Amino acid sequence: MNNLGDLSTLLVWAAATAFTVALIAYAVDLARLADNAQRRAADVPVPVAVGADGAPDDRVDVPVVAESAVLGSAAQVAPGRSARAEGIARSTTYLGLALLFAGIVLRGFAAGHWPTSNMYEFALVGTFVAVLVLAIVQRRRVIAFLGVVVMSIAVLLLVLALNVFFVQAEALRPALQNYWLVIHVGVAITATGVFTVAFAAAVLQLLRDARETGRTRLGSPWRRADGLRRTFSGLAVTGRHFTWLEQVPDARRLEALSFRLNAVGFVLWTLTLIGGAIWAEHAWGRYWGWDPKEVGTFVAWVVYAAYLHARTTRGWSGRRAAYFVMVGYAVVIANFTIVNLVVTGKHSYAF
Amino acid sequence: MRTYRPEGLDDTFSNPDAPAGEPTTNTPGDPQTPVRLPSIGLRGWLRWSWRQLTSMRVALLLLMLLAVAAVPGTVFPQRAQDVARVATYLTEHPTTGPWLDRLGFFDVYSSVWFSAIYLMLFVSLVGCIVPRTRVHLAALRGRPPRTPRRFGRFPAQAEASTDASPEQVVESARRVLRRGPRLLPWMASYRVDVHDEGGGWSVSAERGYLRETGNLVFHLALVGLLVSIAAGQMLHYRGQAIVVQGRGMANAVLEYDTFEQGTAFRPESLTPFTLRLDSFDARFDPESLEPRDFTAHVTVTDPGEQPQDATIKVNHPLGVDGAKIYLQGNGYAPELTVHDAAGEVAFAGAVPFLPQDGVYTSRGVVKVPDVSGDQEQVGLVGYLLPTAVQLGENLWRSSNPQPQDPLLVLSVWSGNLGLDTGVPQNVYQLDESRMEQAVDEDGAPVTLYLRPGETVELPDGLGTVTFDGLPRYVALDLRHDPALTWVLVFALLAFAGLAASLFAPRRRVWVRAVPGAGPAGEQGRTVITAAGLARGDDVGLQPELDRVLAATLVDVEETT
Ligand code: HEM
Repeated sequence: MNNLGDLSTLLVWAAATAFTVALIAYAVDLARLADNAQRRAADVPVPVAVGADGAPDDRVDVPVVAESAVLGSAAQVAPGRSARAEGIARSTTYLGLALLFAGIVLRGFAAGHWPTSNMYEFALVGTFVAVLVLAIVQRRRVIAFLGVVVMSIAVLLLVLALNVFFVQAEALRPALQNYWLVIHVGVAITATGVFTVAFAAAVLQLLRDARETGRTRLGSPWRRADGLRRTFSGLAVTGRHFTWLEQVPDARRLEALSFRLNAVGFVLWTLTLIGGAIWAEHAWGRYWGWDPKEVGTFVAWVVYAAYLHARTTRGWSGRRAAYFVMVGYAVVIANFTIVNLVVTGKHSYAF
Repeated sequence: MRTYRPEGLDDTFSNPDAPAGEPTTNTPGDPQTPVRLPSIGLRGWLRWSWRQLTSMRVALLLLMLLAVAAVPGTVFPQRAQDVARVATYLTEHPTTGPWLDRLGFFDVYSSVWFSAIYLMLFVSLVGCIVPRTRVHLAALRGRPPRTPRRFGRFPAQAEASTDASPEQVVESARRVLRRGPRLLPWMASYRVDVHDEGGGWSVSAERGYLRETGNLVFHLALVGLLVSIAAGQMLHYRGQAIVVQGRGMANAVLEYDTFEQGTAFRPESLTPFTLRLDSFDARFDPESLEPRDFTAHVTVTDPGEQPQDATIKVNHPLGVDGAKIYLQGNGYAPELTVHDAAGEVAFAGAVPFLPQDGVYTSRGVVKVPDVSGDQEQVGLVGYLLPTAVQLGENLWRSSNPQPQDPLLVLSVWSGNLGLDTGVPQNVYQLDESRMEQAVDEDGAPVTLYLRPGETVELPDGLGTVTFDGLPRYVALDLRHDPALTWVLVFALLAFAGLAASLFAPRRRVWVRAVPGAGPAGEQGRTVITAAGLARGDDVGLQPELDRVLAATLVDVEETT
């Protein structure tokens, strides 16, 4: 039993390594993009160019008029991507996914139950889902920035899981022996993974939006701190370090991507909330008790509901709606980390 | 400010001929819509406030407020969960504590401000949803909008040509659009109208009323959820009782150690069944000593019926007459007999000890008030160690939660237990204010060690105490909430509505067929153009349009 557990840990380390390589490859791709974009800045004013170069799967025949706000079917190809880096990124992403999947399955066998009962297992499965969603979103076209953000989170989480959250695989306490463990916790983890990619897309959307509109805090005078501003002016979103932003899909598409993922995440989160209440009713004799974990889940749910409303409220859609995604994701992560580790409540034993 | 999505498309959707961006939906209180100042007078003002309250921006604000207001409940201890921690907090923060208390920070979820926020939100919700429901019901009976003259602006477009006549093409398109999904062919997917445009023909089709229906169902289900939760709060009851192995209890308010009820609860609604704990199984991991399984075997007797055997496990409550009985805790209740100085039985019974750790080191108090004559009352305080291991002189600990070698370690107090002072006492606590602890000649406290079956003398000639046996006990939690089913039903309705409202595509499709003119080669052929529009971003719109067009061509082939 313990041998299986050890093998699982080994596989998780291997997956973390593969993801690190993927992270580096995405970063190289991103840097190359930035580099090339800078050089070509003059002749690529609008990021629409059909089949300029690149892999054969990029030659999608889409009439320009029918261009929908859909990513992946996009008729645009970023010039100056590094095909080698993208190939490495893609294959190490798949390799890491396979390793992680094997690690999770072995872990489940070692413990004799579905592997979602403590923070360590939660982190593994959450990372797996996030990277899986990333792979699906990028199945046709690599979005290097998305890869960098999601992979950073994935590597961080895996290393944290292995070093901080790790516990030996073992059988369950009576309160956790329930198929709701599979449904409730499994769905919560999946939702977290989906929210992660949606969050990355929203960050990219904000950057891209700032560049499109020429908004930057570093551009406007700061009066007293003007020296500071000048020091950091190279980092302005409108500056040359961010030229690569012109190669990513436009803010509208990123918003659409983020929304679609958030919508899926939100529905899953709603299921988490309902499943948790049903389970609490079975295990603790009340469906809702304002336990810190329950509050955290509720707050995240309300923030994402507010996000959905913001999107359809005049004056709040677009850039402002993306801020809600930041807040919502922050609450989801805080609910996983702070509430488990710092606050005492009924869910603490899950740690 | 600059916005991309979704207004442009949505407004076009509501009215495809209106210029994009022009507000066609009624959204008062938006920055762009000039807020007409209300005509003076209370009614105008009230109407204006109502419009504000039911606007999307206020809903947004209230949602954010709700999220923020829920947070203090995790930061400060809450009375509903842990009264003791609130008391500790109050003594540790003598200045800020009382203020926080007055502002409701220890009862956040029943505080005035929290309630005000969610009640306002629900008022806003009703005010927002009811008019929308009316509009939607009317729309359900409506027809698809007429085919627009030009297709140039639409996000999805397609073209083809054929030898069939425009009328045949349009008939085929109608059939294709009316056909349901491949797996559910009887479900008509589009609502279709055919138009003779004089010279050409067109069809306009619309689908996806489910989207708005889902949205409305979702919001209305939230209202239902709130109402059923409130009803449950008023009608519910909940009692906690400790039952020792071999004994029983009846379902009556007085039989419970604690009993809590809603405002509309009536004691008659308790069915007077009785319950007996026959045995209790506890399994632990032999190495880590973590609990693995708890099972209580009970006999339940409904009035006038045969006794029935049942089990209660963690996660598997027992349902009895609409109520549910949960296994909430367990422990040991040493069975003790105390003879007083006169040799009379002053106390006999099982005393529940509260487990303090994973190996069931349990703490308990035995109060012996009924001593004969004018002897002093006796209190025994101490620990039960299920598997005692001696670490040093007077130093013991338990090494296993199972009763492999039980040992009772007690200290002895005598005096007045204070049970007749009228102040309610905690049964697990000895009020030592009027009592004195027994000490030996050296002044060290006397400690008694007892194993099952043993009898030892109490010091100072107070009598004897016998450790008769070690039954287990369970802490049961009985709960009845008649609204539970409704809470679940509305939660699931909300979920289904949400999924429909987020994932059901809302699409319009137009197909127009006109006799070809102009470029050579199209002479005599029929030119087909098609356009599609969707609400929100719709990945499937263009593929669907392409599919419709291809299927139409196939259909035309087959029928001509
Ligand atoms: C208890 C509070 C509320 C919650 C939890 C809530 C939740 C939601 C959610 C999750 C959605 C997304 C569904 C979708 O996009 O189709 C939504 C949409 C919507 N909500 Fe609410 N809502 C609440 C209150 C309100 C109120 C007070 C209003 C009216 C001012 C309102 C009006 C709407 C509208 C119009 C939509 C559709 C947006 C669209 O066109 O996509 N909601 N709501």
